[in-house]
Amino acid sequence: MLVAHLDPLASSIFSLMAIASLLLAFVMLGSRWLNNYLYAFAAQSWIIAALSASVGFYGGYPELYLIAVLTALFRGLFLPYLLWRIVRRLNVAREIHVILQPSSALVAGAFCVIFSLAVGYRVSQSLGLAGTAAVLALTVMLSMTLIGFLMLAVRYEALSQILGLLVLENGVFLGVQILVPGMPLLIEIVILFDLMIVVACFGVLIQYLFAHAGTTSSLKLKRLVG
Amino acid sequence: MVGALLFAMTIAPAAAVLGCLVFHERSIAEKLNLAASVVVFAAAVVLAVLSAKGPYHFWADYIVLDMPGAWVTLCTAIVYLLASIFAVGYMRLLGEEEKLWSFYALFAGFALTVLVSTLMNNAGLYWIAIELTTLVSTFLVGFERAAESVEAAWKYIIIVSAGISLALLGTVLFYWSGSFVLGPVYDMTWATLQQAAPKMDATLVSLAYLLVLIGYGTKVGLAPMHTWLPDAHSESPAPVSAMLSGALLNGAMLGIVRYLAIADAAGIGPFARTVLVALGVLSLLVGALFIVRQNGIKRLMAYSSVEHMGVVALGFGFGGVFGVAGALYHMLNHSLNKSLMFFGAGNVMRSFGTKEIDRIRDVWTHYPVQGSLWLAGAVAITGAPPFGLFLSELIILRGGIERNYGWAVAAMVVLLVIIFIGFLNHFREMYFQPTAGADSPAAAISAWCVAPMWLALAPLLLFGLWWPSGMWQHFSAIAQSLAGAAP
Repeated sequence: MLVAHLDPLASSIFSLMAIASLLLAFVMLGSRWLNNYLYAFAAQSWIIAALSASVGFYGGYPELYLIAVLTALFRGLFLPYLLWRIVRRLNVAREIHVILQPSSALVAGAFCVIFSLAVGYRVSQSLGLAGTAAVLALTVMLSMTLIGFLMLAVRYEALSQILGLLVLENGVFLGVQILVPGMPLLIEIVILFDLMIVVACFGVLIQYLFAHAGTTSSLKLKRLVG
Repeated sequence: MVGALLFAMTIAPAAAVLGCLVFHERSIAEKLNLAASVVVFAAAVVLAVLSAKGPYHFWADYIVLDMPGAWVTLCTAIVYLLASIFAVGYMRLLGEEEKLWSFYALFAGFALTVLVSTLMNNAGLYWIAIELTTLVSTFLVGFERAAESVEAAWKYIIIVSAGISLALLGTVLFYWSGSFVLGPVYDMTWATLQQAAPKMDATLVSLAYLLVLIGYGTKVGLAPMHTWLPDAHSESPAPVSAMLSGALLNGAMLGIVRYLAIADAAGIGPFARTVLVALGVLSLLVGALFIVRQNGIKRLMAYSSVEHMGVVALGFGFGGVFGVAGALYHMLNHSLNKSLMFFGAGNVMRSFGTKEIDRIRDVWTHYPVQGSLWLAGAVAITGAPPFGLFLSELIILRGGIERNYGWAVAAMVVLLVIIFIGFLNHFREMYFQPTAGADSPAAAISAWCVAPMWLALAPLLLFGLWWPSGMWQHFSAIAQSLAGAAP
């Protein structure tokens, strides 16, 4: 078990990176501009790539270097680029209708973190890992998942919903690197598959544009009810 | 022998996909898909029988053929065969002749992903297979390109992907809890997890199980995660609705069943089962409420799928020989019956040119044969004798009483009665209520569209009247294999 006996330096580096990516999730939550989401998502993916490289270094898992490169390339460069092109083509710069104002969304996000901390603490206590990096890893993993769901719930633009999904998965990746670094093959494949989901989403999105001539807001998705 | 059959079963749809991509021709694609479905069906029947001789492992343990998996494979193969026959007649009515090759390529690909998911022995690979089913079927849901279809496809991919990410989180936590017992790197097969489960930490396993249940439950369409299901099932072409309902939902249910066995072994069985039973009752409730006041003909069928997945969840949740046997039997019956219902709904929809129940009248006078088959199917799906679903629901109820889930059994009975009345009331309106101003049918229905309805109804009636003893032994063996590592 890697998290149980980390040296202090490694532990603080991991914690710093986990907290930085959590902060970036809050940046996304607190903004209305689609470009800001994109930059924050790209930065978050780079941090996660750096995290897997450092876990590979400290834990002695050389295959994690490959994962780091794949993460940086796919999630840090390729996906943001695709999304950026879509933003430009759609001419939607920001969320116009919001359910929650960004400030209230930040408060809701804070509650997600508190809840995750409670769950993470409870689980690590039961495992005898309280006081290690496991608590933080669990907290960040669960709260990024919840924040991803929050973004899915309070945003209407198709693009923010895709980004919500990606944040959700970034949270899972981050947790995987710290908690179970020995699960590499799976992660590798999952990264590639993720890319395919997004591509599939685009396919549907473009069809959707064809059918509706112009709008990508899920506010208009009201034909199928009951 | 088993290896060769498995190979044939997976290579046939894959070859059909390739053929469709190469030829770009409707008539060739149709035949390739039909041939593939016949091969898959033949292989699946033999495999289901052979699976009783114990699990077979292939490819360094990544692929397994065990009894529960083979059973779901059989259900999938049956629906695939019926839907492929139906598609030949039905898809020609859509007027998208030049795009049909891509439909058949996606259709065979969808069947392939569902079949593969049942054979995965690794929890992570199973997750990927289920994710793949979503990716392929999204395009089938949106195939008609109407605004509604695209809306349904968008909701489908977003909701299901979000749910499936929770299943990934749960899978990771299961791996983590296993790593305390087995060391940091191990192969995450179902059997390994089940063996390691007694030493896993109960709190962590509970959390992981709940995440997995919510995640795959989204895909199964258990309430309250069912919201994508009525849209996707009602807006996709009828053969795809049948595949989604009869094949995909069972494939995802298999994952829940396997994790339930692990939870049992970890000693959180009562908790895990109660949650599954509660979701089952909630699905029945949601199904009942929306069936009573429904006006979309295919949405009616979709909510009926939510209801029946709730019944299957109740069967597995109750557990014991009766619960598991009833649930497995119900899977088969539901696959047959829901295919029949969606085929009938598709035919009626095409010939009356509407999806609204209010505008479909006098079905019997217009279509005596096809109408009788559809009506018989409607009686069957509400769980009335003498059809198979009556038997399987009865067995599940008996399983619930035996395992002391009195409250769930009571709720199930009440809700099934409500659904019986509500569902058949819609059919009474469509068959017997004379109304002025209803549309009269325009199109004739080809034999391709009626034949699979016969093929689905015959076994339903047969299994309702006569339950072969070999099948009962098979089910009890599956129940024992699932409870294998439980204390």
